[in-house]
Amino acid sequence: MEPYKKHESIAALMNRSNVDTDQIIPKQFLKKVERSGFGQHLFHDWRFNDDGSDNAEFELNKPAFKGAKILVAGDNFGCGSSREHAPWAIADYGFNTIISTSYADIFYNNCFKNGILAIKVDKVQLDKLMAEIAANEGVRFVVDLENQQVTTPGGNGFSFEIDPFRKGNLLSGLDDIGLTLKHVDKITEYEQQHKQNFPWLWA
Amino acid sequence: MHALEYAMKKTMYEKIWDSHLVVDVAGQAPLLYVDRHLMHEVTSPQAFEGLRLSSRKVRNPHSILATMDHCVPTKNRDLPIADPIAKKQIETMADNCRENGLNLYDMKNPNNGVIHVVVPEHGFVHPGMVVVCGDSHTATHGAFGALAFGIGTSEVEHVMATQTLPQKKSKTMQIIVNGELSKYASAKDIALAITGKIGTAGGTGYVIEYTGSAIRELSMEGRMTLCNMAIEAGARAGLIAPDEKTYDYLKGREFAPSGQYWEQALAYWKSLPSDDGAVFDATVTLDAADIAPQVSWGTSPEQVTGVDGVVPAPESFSDEIKRQACENALAYMGLTPNTKITDIAIDYVFIGSCTNGRIEDFRIAAEVAKGTKVAPGVTAIAVPGSYHVKQQAEQEGLDKIFTDAGWEWREPGCSMCLAMNGDELTKGQRSASTSNRNFEGRQGKGGRTHLVSPAMAAAAAAAGHFVDIRTL
Repeated sequence: MEPYKKHESIAALMNRSNVDTDQIIPKQFLKKVERSGFGQHLFHDWRFNDDGSDNAEFELNKPAFKGAKILVAGDNFGCGSSREHAPWAIADYGFNTIISTSYADIFYNNCFKNGILAIKVDKVQLDKLMAEIAANEGVRFVVDLENQQVTTPGGNGFSFEIDPFRKGNLLSGLDDIGLTLKHVDKITEYEQQHKQNFPWLWA
Repeated sequence: MHALEYAMKKTMYEKIWDSHLVVDVAGQAPLLYVDRHLMHEVTSPQAFEGLRLSSRKVRNPHSILATMDHCVPTKNRDLPIADPIAKKQIETMADNCRENGLNLYDMKNPNNGVIHVVVPEHGFVHPGMVVVCGDSHTATHGAFGALAFGIGTSEVEHVMATQTLPQKKSKTMQIIVNGELSKYASAKDIALAITGKIGTAGGTGYVIEYTGSAIRELSMEGRMTLCNMAIEAGARAGLIAPDEKTYDYLKGREFAPSGQYWEQALAYWKSLPSDDGAVFDATVTLDAADIAPQVSWGTSPEQVTGVDGVVPAPESFSDEIKRQACENALAYMGLTPNTKITDIAIDYVFIGSCTNGRIEDFRIAAEVAKGTKVAPGVTAIAVPGSYHVKQQAEQEGLDKIFTDAGWEWREPGCSMCLAMNGDELTKGQRSASTSNRNFEGRQGKGGRTHLVSPAMAAAAAAAGHFVDIRTL
């Protein structure tokens, strides 16, 4: 995983709530056995017309949002299926930051495992950010994870909360499994105890 | 009550959590031990790839049960899979299981079926376990009093390598459903009514425990249907305390404890239900008698109403987000406000999935379908959740009832629940479906899904539109 660095990037606006993972990456693209290459299919059914051309109505197809790394979206983003193909597609497309009022649990966990910073803000703050983007499409925000700060040219900056463990992993780009395996002795010890307490599970 | 005594009262979730905590140190997410790991072909290949790249091994192959369900064809199973990418995914699953010594019920195996239908059939999940799967509907197994939840593919790899998962402790929500369900109202209707009441984000951050007399009355199949849809209300997991029904269901199944261990396991299971006086972070109450058979009208499982209701108007929502969501949904669904639900005509009916693909679902649907004919212009398919469900149904003659009524009787699989295997709606087609999600495009691009119970689906197939089955 790439370490997450402070960056200034275009913030794209997706003013919809309950965006589900079936929309983020429709099921016809889930049959691949690799992790890469999902970005081209991100939001496929909204993004493309039936003939495969770009749907000019779809927000992310606006020229002003090309190259955006920050996605500002409505409530309960990423609900539905657990498919990690959703954050893979989001990251592969180029986003490394999402700002919303809330996320579905599994999606939220999946983001941090793929170098995506998912920031939670309150409704008032989200409305301000959305208004700033709507009034000035192509506007660039600065995201500073180290100091837990977002700044915007329109003065709608804010600081955000984040779990220190998730923050550390994003900043260092550390592998979760490696971290857990530092405790392998504890796991073995637990398993020995578990075998005594629940012998039928090991019979 | 003294503070200390008060603090000792635990919910079932807290008991399972505490007994599975491996490491809990400051500055790091607590590590939870995983007892059972379920797998299917869609969310596992990249996890195996990750293991290979880091030269790691599966820590406990016996904790894993794998099946093929999402991409498998439900007809002409003897022919090679036509879709080359699906074929590769199926082959990759078989290779990965063979290389790692995992128990796989492949497409031709008599135990094959949808993972969340197959696993209980073999007694692989017991009360008090922590169970994971790269699939959000893992919540199903909460019906046994197991903490069961969906995980992403990175986490699948994590569990394979370490048998643990870093987890944040959830809040607890108690949903109490008392009273008696009306005729033909089912676990599915309770699940939809709950999602309608609390919303798809209502359970976010929570583990739900379902309690109350109406929950106790549900069969194990019904409890699985209810817990299955905990995720549609945003919850991490759903739980139901084990009782005699749970023990009776498990006894004698392949992976259930036997001999000397049965009594030992039983004593442990009986210690699991939430203590009287345990405190939940939130409580929601429903009266079962108020729950009419439900029909979803929109593109989110919270957009649902009773069959005796009408399609709502966007203006009827005071919340601006909900109003906009209603407007978008009606445009996608091709529906006009104030249309009676029973006036909505359908083109397709699907009975099956991990939500409603069990024997009880086909029994009730067959009871309604018996002696009817599928309405002209309507296609109706019945897709058993597993080969065992299929076999049982055939022994009871249910397949004959369906085929006589003009239904197709298929091989098991996820099928039209998510339409990955070629079973799908075409643009503008409208379905009555016993699955769990009515998202845009879920059953095929431009397809319009109405979520219902098996009995409601069977009634709609015969009428060509939704019917209030209480009046049949």
